[in-house]
Amino acid sequence: MPKLVGQSFKRVEDPRLITGEGQYVDDIQLPRMCYAAILRSPYPHARIKNIDTSKAEKREGVVAVITGKDILGKINPLPCAARPVPELKMPTHYALAVNKVYFVGHPIAVVVAEDRYIARDALDLIEVDYEPLPPVADPEQALRSDAPIIHEDLGTNLAFEWKIEGGDVDAAFAQAEVVVKQEFVNQRLIPVPMEPRCVVAQWDAGKQILTLWTSTQIPHLVRSLISGMLNLPETHLRVIAPDVGGGFGQKLQVYVEEALMGYLAMKLDRPVKWTETRRENFMASIHGRDQVGVMELALKRDGTILGLRYDVIADMGAYYQLLTPAIPTLTGLMLCGSYKIPAVRMTKKAVFTNKMSTDAYRGAGRPEATFLLERMMDLAAKELGIDPAEIRRKNFIQPDEFPYTTPHGITYDSGNYEAALNRALELAEYSRWRKEQEEARKQGRYIGIGISSYVEICGMGPSKAMPAGGWESATVRIEPSGKVVVLTGAHPHGQGEETSFTQIVVEELGVNPEDVMVIHGDTEAVQYGIGIFGSRGLAVGGTAVYMAAQKVKEKARKVAAFLLGVEENEVEQVDGNFISKSDPSKSVTLLQVANAAYDPKNYPTDMEPGLVATAFYEPSNFTFPSGTHVCVCEVDIETGEVKILKYVAVDDCGKVVNPMLVEGQIIGGIVQAFGQAMMERCFYDENGQLITGELTDYPIPKAHNSPKITVERIETPSPVNPLGAKGVGEAGTIGATPAFINAVCDALEPLGVKHIDMPLTPANVWKAIKQAKGS
Amino acid sequence: MFPAPFEYYAPKTLQEALSLLAQHGENAKVLAGGQSLVPLMKLRLSTPAVIIDLNGIAELRYIREEGNYVAIGAMARHYDLETSDLLKRLCPILPECASHIGDVQVRNRGTIGGSLAHADPAADYPAAVLACEGEIKVVDTDGKERVIKATDFFVDLFTTALQPNEIITEIRIPAFAPKTGSAYLKMEQLASGYALCGVAAIVSLDDSVIQDVRVGITGVAPKAYRATGVENALKGQAFNPKTIEQASELAADGINPLEDIHADAEYRAHLAKVLTKRALLKAIERAKV
Repeated sequence: MPKLVGQSFKRVEDPRLITGEGQYVDDIQLPRMCYAAILRSPYPHARIKNIDTSKAEKREGVVAVITGKDILGKINPLPCAARPVPELKMPTHYALAVNKVYFVGHPIAVVVAEDRYIARDALDLIEVDYEPLPPVADPEQALRSDAPIIHEDLGTNLAFEWKIEGGDVDAAFAQAEVVVKQEFVNQRLIPVPMEPRCVVAQWDAGKQILTLWTSTQIPHLVRSLISGMLNLPETHLRVIAPDVGGGFGQKLQVYVEEALMGYLAMKLDRPVKWTETRRENFMASIHGRDQVGVMELALKRDGTILGLRYDVIADMGAYYQLLTPAIPTLTGLMLCGSYKIPAVRMTKKAVFTNKMSTDAYRGAGRPEATFLLERMMDLAAKELGIDPAEIRRKNFIQPDEFPYTTPHGITYDSGNYEAALNRALELAEYSRWRKEQEEARKQGRYIGIGISSYVEICGMGPSKAMPAGGWESATVRIEPSGKVVVLTGAHPHGQGEETSFTQIVVEELGVNPEDVMVIHGDTEAVQYGIGIFGSRGLAVGGTAVYMAAQKVKEKARKVAAFLLGVEENEVEQVDGNFISKSDPSKSVTLLQVANAAYDPKNYPTDMEPGLVATAFYEPSNFTFPSGTHVCVCEVDIETGEVKILKYVAVDDCGKVVNPMLVEGQIIGGIVQAFGQAMMERCFYDENGQLITGELTDYPIPKAHNSPKITVERIETPSPVNPLGAKGVGEAGTIGATPAFINAVCDALEPLGVKHIDMPLTPANVWKAIKQAKGS
Repeated sequence: MFPAPFEYYAPKTLQEALSLLAQHGENAKVLAGGQSLVPLMKLRLSTPAVIIDLNGIAELRYIREEGNYVAIGAMARHYDLETSDLLKRLCPILPECASHIGDVQVRNRGTIGGSLAHADPAADYPAAVLACEGEIKVVDTDGKERVIKATDFFVDLFTTALQPNEIITEIRIPAFAPKTGSAYLKMEQLASGYALCGVAAIVSLDDSVIQDVRVGITGVAPKAYRATGVENALKGQAFNPKTIEQASELAADGINPLEDIHADAEYRAHLAKVLTKRALLKAIERAKV
């Protein structure tokens, strides 16, 4: 059998998804099902003086209406899993607003009705008497002494302060020959998965079991937290995540709607469905990024970096969701990037505002770090008159310096940064474009070249460093027929692990790919697991599958040795067969082994029947993918339009199981970064209203306006796991934004443009050119 | 995304549609391609009690030559215009303009009559129809027809000369004179694909003298407009890029540009000038061929 690991094996998920046979939560129809709609606050900050639901309750077809007061003591507040500092202020996050609303979209009441239309109609019949309060929309304003206090019981809008430091930062700046300083905005983004959230809840009054279908990345964690919110034993809650139409971190969450639907299904003893509208998704599912800060880099004249400091305000929104406070800390961990920076410090103020919570959005804290540092590298190169490729080379951590520990204690596993840079420059024809740039400038055309050399932290992660366990689980079960079932706790939501896990099992057991069934996303079928986020699917989940396959193989070998009448070390596995080394004519198939294991008439007396193994893999460290991206663009200075002429990505995600899946992740990730760089901004006005409340006002990249991307890889195996894999789900998003911005700023350098805040829409680019010309 | 309740009628003839409109009056909203009305209803920004759906009326979907103009049925889809050989030959700016609207799905469904009646200030067609000096033929519930000049048709933001008891039946576009070139250029609002600024330019040349020039601009003002200052500055002038550039500076004269999160007034006015210059140069290049 040809080796499958390392091959671009076609996705086993695709036939069902492409033919419309996938099953998403909204596809689930149950007898007697009713439908929920949620009344949400139009105000960013207001006191609720009264809610009158009587008219809605009288509407024909309405089954129930509940408000925040109705569920006090019945649904416990939503927990947050992250607590970066003990003194962090923790607001109480009720499932429905009780006395005050804190953001536009804050849920106030739920209507359950016989159909979706009636439910929606009845929302208009609920009368809420609001007393509007002055909102806090701007995170810097939130810290002013005269700012309205959002959570009155906490007495402050300052959620917490956090600091990370390593090396002697003050000495580094004292010794600096040059200090480069820049203010940066990592703007708020909306993740926009194609499938919005959806929940179906069903109560089995006989068995007292609640089943919750939900579009999530983390079914087991949802079970743990929702059972706590509903005071249900964990064994009485089953969570099923069927096909999930994209998550990007927005579904690495536990949401109040999951608890509300569960509660309503139990209360009404009827199945309840809630499907989020796109507008609700924009208002009330987590947002990403949102940091405003100042970075300073201390250097010697020759380009050697001496130190780095970053002072930032991070906008939490009104509440914490699952990991909200932890996200900007990830920025701090990766501030040194791929460089030997001897001293680093980040000081952060996390603040509450009257907006939706921020949380993990593809990259989660690391795109911010890469953006800041890679922009600084270009600003420093320009200041010092050094080629941007050269200043990176000069400061890179060298291949023989791994494992490398940063001054603030992060240990990078492996890497070869210069190799990726060199290959990217070669593929991008860097020197040719530099000449072209020079020629073009003479003709009044503005070409720019942007480089981004990134390293990121993923394969999350060692449990000690994770809020809720960083391991992953897998069971590999060979059935009596020799077919293989894989139960993985790493529930994929579009990435393609049904395929890559099949490849691993095929490689280990020598079975046919069509004989492998990967099952995930059902807490009743699968042993406890963590889920997929932080680019951990393969590096952690895949390793668990590999380990379980190894265990089951060991047992099969023992059974085979018995059947062959030879010592265990005499047995060799060739494809799916076990062969006697001394007499290759003697062999048994995996099917014969399985038959013996399940019908153990002729079987070792000291062995258990069955052919099943479960593995829990705890990673010893994170993994650190890296790479260099190069962007070449031309700016139309009359309109501010940017045309991407070339985009090259050379990434290193360690050993690869399926190059096609990796390429898809890289390209998708880069396109998402292109969105942040060039188009997207989640915009609340000064009154706290969400202005980009629909896809007509919030742009995301489309096929026709996305850049064409050339992808290549280098391969530095990770020593952390036996697969040598690092992770690739977020790398494109983490690495790419500064390549775009650096390219545009490089193009506009002759006009005096130093920096432009994202997104670089034509309007923003034109404004920056105009300002530079004016000054 | 669930509209408020409404009554729905699907007439098969224009006559039937007019009777329904007479019967339901201002409670009724006429549905053409539905690319604007349906989203508005789903968001409950529009809650008409009665919908009269014109999609079943085959007699309103055509593109044909009639004398010296092209007659386009109000229910002709953007796709019909984009791919019409007749239009490509007689007034190519319309297919070019249609190709800029939305995406394939939108163009396959949206109609020229619906788009003009909706009068979105950032829609593409108004610029081209104005530049073409097109006319809009309407009929009222009594069967009385009238023809409205495009310049008179667009009144204000989402407001036209169309009366509540009228339905658009046809758009008439005069065939281009010989040696005429045209171009439609647009800067898209990145999210919606609507025009931050769209400029339709039509130029007729005699040798290198600009005999006639018409410029329609959308996306910039509350309603699409003719850039008459630009036109007057160029009519009868010998072609020269400098003249075009200078004249284009007048593209937003007397206009109070729109302003939103996507572009401020200054940028919109600036785009009007730049795109006018570029559209004129492209139109002239095409006129020469």
